[in-house]
Amino acid sequence: MIAELGQLSLILAMMASMCLGFYPIVGAIRGEPRLLIMAKPMAFAMFAFTLLAYMALTHAFVTDDFTIKYVANHSNSLLPVYYKYTAVWGGHEGSFLLWMLMLSGWTCAVAIFSRGVPLIMVARVLGVLGAIALGFYLFLILASNPFESLLPYFPVDGRDLNPLLQDIGMIIHPPMLYMGYVGFSVAFAFAIAALMAGRLDSTWARWARPWALAAWGFLTLGITLGSWWAYYELGWGGWWFWDPVENASFMPWLAGTALIHSLAVTEKRKVFKAWTVLLAISAFSLSLLGTFLVRSGIIVSVHSFASDPERGLFILGLLVLVIGCSLALFAMRSSMLKSNSRYQLVSREMMLIGNNVFLTAATIVVLLGTLLPLVHKELGLGSISVGEPFFNQMFTWLIVPFVVLLAMGPMSRWKRQAIGDLKSQLLWAVLLGLVMTALLLTSFERFSMLAVLGTFLVFVIVLTTIQEILLRTNQQINWRNLRKLSRSHWGMVLGHLGFAVTLLGITLTSNFSEEREVRLNIGDSVELQNYQFTFKQVRHIEGPNYSADGGVVTVIRNGEFVTELLAEKRFYPVQRNVMTEAGIDSNLLRDLFVALGDEFTDGSWGLRVYVKPFVLWIWLGAAIMALGALLSIMDKRYRLVCVSKATQAKNIENRQIAGTGADFG
Amino acid sequence: MNPRRKKRLLAVTGIVALIAISVSLMLYSLNQNIDLFYTPSEIINGKDGRLPVPGQRLRVGGMVVEGSVEHDQKELAVTFNLVDVGPVVKIIYKGLLPDLFREGQGIVATGKLLDANTIMADEVLAKHDEEYMPPELAEAMKGIRHEKPKQIYDAEGRN
Repeated sequence: MIAELGQLSLILAMMASMCLGFYPIVGAIRGEPRLLIMAKPMAFAMFAFTLLAYMALTHAFVTDDFTIKYVANHSNSLLPVYYKYTAVWGGHEGSFLLWMLMLSGWTCAVAIFSRGVPLIMVARVLGVLGAIALGFYLFLILASNPFESLLPYFPVDGRDLNPLLQDIGMIIHPPMLYMGYVGFSVAFAFAIAALMAGRLDSTWARWARPWALAAWGFLTLGITLGSWWAYYELGWGGWWFWDPVENASFMPWLAGTALIHSLAVTEKRKVFKAWTVLLAISAFSLSLLGTFLVRSGIIVSVHSFASDPERGLFILGLLVLVIGCSLALFAMRSSMLKSNSRYQLVSREMMLIGNNVFLTAATIVVLLGTLLPLVHKELGLGSISVGEPFFNQMFTWLIVPFVVLLAMGPMSRWKRQAIGDLKSQLLWAVLLGLVMTALLLTSFERFSMLAVLGTFLVFVIVLTTIQEILLRTNQQINWRNLRKLSRSHWGMVLGHLGFAVTLLGITLTSNFSEEREVRLNIGDSVELQNYQFTFKQVRHIEGPNYSADGGVVTVIRNGEFVTELLAEKRFYPVQRNVMTEAGIDSNLLRDLFVALGDEFTDGSWGLRVYVKPFVLWIWLGAAIMALGALLSIMDKRYRLVCVSKATQAKNIENRQIAGTGADFG
Repeated sequence: MNPRRKKRLLAVTGIVALIAISVSLMLYSLNQNIDLFYTPSEIINGKDGRLPVPGQRLRVGGMVVEGSVEHDQKELAVTFNLVDVGPVVKIIYKGLLPDLFREGQGIVATGKLLDANTIMADEVLAKHDEEYMPPELAEAMKGIRHEKPKQIYDAEGRN
């Protein structure tokens, strides 16, 4: 009964999206306010019905309604109840429903938080979002209906959730990632709406900025959680594999990073207009491409969980439609995109365009590495795979000029920057950075050129960021001066420092980790970087829906007890799946990682033992970056500017967060 | 040429040169890091009339032959045979096998070809999926998908 209700509300949501994608846009073309007014209520209706459908599916999971095919395939009566809530997005159909919930949620948020924006513009934006949503609702209802029934014959119990997904990381990772993916649709909708209106001044950039920043922040968190999950759940101790699924989320992130920087320039200096619009289109297209790659299963990946080639085709069609239409519109209107400000070769504009060039290059590298195997195969040249070394090599090259620009950019002036000033400041950062690199790296036993390079770049970013703050506070760092800096300025500072923290984590982990796979008898021990790992025993563990062997390993350093690790090898009987649950002891300086392998006939066990310095910093840095995005969105000063600009808008008293992000000045 | 045009020309040449350099670097790097995919029969009989050369890096996908997995007595090293529709190849791997590695299941190994039918793998992947078969392999085995590798093995005689 409730399931049928869910099905019904899904269809109602689709009808709402149909109205939303049609009437407001027609209204905007004909200038009919009656049609424009429809936009907001339709957006609310779309969200409300999607939420209802989502709740119906959740209800089916919690009450173990195995008459629904999707529930029967992804749940089990023994599954702990909190995993029943999250199993809703454990497979293809449900995760797409979550995706739609996010999309309608963002649409709803635009309807609520854009009271400072003229109604006709909001109507266009909501109309574009409605049209996108319509495509996905059709897909959901026609090709992947989560409410498909198994009646009259249904199983007594379900097939259980994939054990890899029974984990806290998986509870929050997909929603965050989808928030990011889908969030770029808002920036995209703003760009398309501006193209439709033919008014590509800096106003649209100001409106789109907080949305782009929010999407970027969520995507940052989503990718980070995914990487963290892969680290402790897959049992290989790696945090990034350049796997197609990872690349699929990394590409929109790179394009999104370029977008939030480019939007800042467009807003402040009214230049790069065409470029910014193009970036908004590409960020969203890459999100769709990512969805397509992951869903279709056309690319071999070690961790995609919901794939079906037939369905992939539908998304491909949608992707082609979105890219085709938006680029056609762009081509029609691009003659209007003239920049009228001038700037010199050494200016902040140039630094930011440089940043965009390198981010775009990075996106292309990832795109090429991900798609080349596919192209190769389609051309009949045989199957190939592009290995990790390619990406690592390319990113090592790209990061150096990127960091140089990142260091100089915030300190430079708009229009024209005196080279002499910049030089003297950079000189300080470089010298001090070298000293600090030397100090830090002497604490490691090995020497590695890449570690020197990476650490040095990190210190250059940190030092120039401090210099920049000094510059903005007239060399006097005190509470009053610091408070004067805007929130969006702090957002930028945090974003850059977060990047430095992540970079430091990546550098030190990749260069100074010690990893060993060993075969140990009970009582044997192995030593890595002064840590002595002793294999004490293996004990049997019974979980709610699994049984496990737990390997107990004690760690001793210089005669002192450090910790006891429990590395489990779990067996899930319903899916007949074996899964490794690594034992990890984590702090800011290092992670100790033990994973249990197979038991051999002589009673010894295979074990993975890793010592990974600074690995936590990778995810910590990303969290700092996301915090930076949050601060930027909350900027107060911009809200005021917006208000004065929005006087032509009807309801001034109702304005909300129309203000915006990172002030680079 | 007036100075403004000269400046522009310089900028354009610079950008073109930069793009050319980066593209060639990228292609060079890509060339170094492409692993060709083979099935066991392609390793023995050649692919498009060409045999892989010993020392070459490659990826091989196939089904693990039942009963062929042998662990070393003391070390972690493990050897097993891989088959698709024809002859088998031998894989040597020094490391822990993935959780989902099982006899009779599809896996993909990346490594170096030692001699005509032996591969030294540095990575063995099995997918997080019970019914997983690498797409490349599924294609190579079109039509005989439901045949168990064990039967093929017996029909071949223990070669």
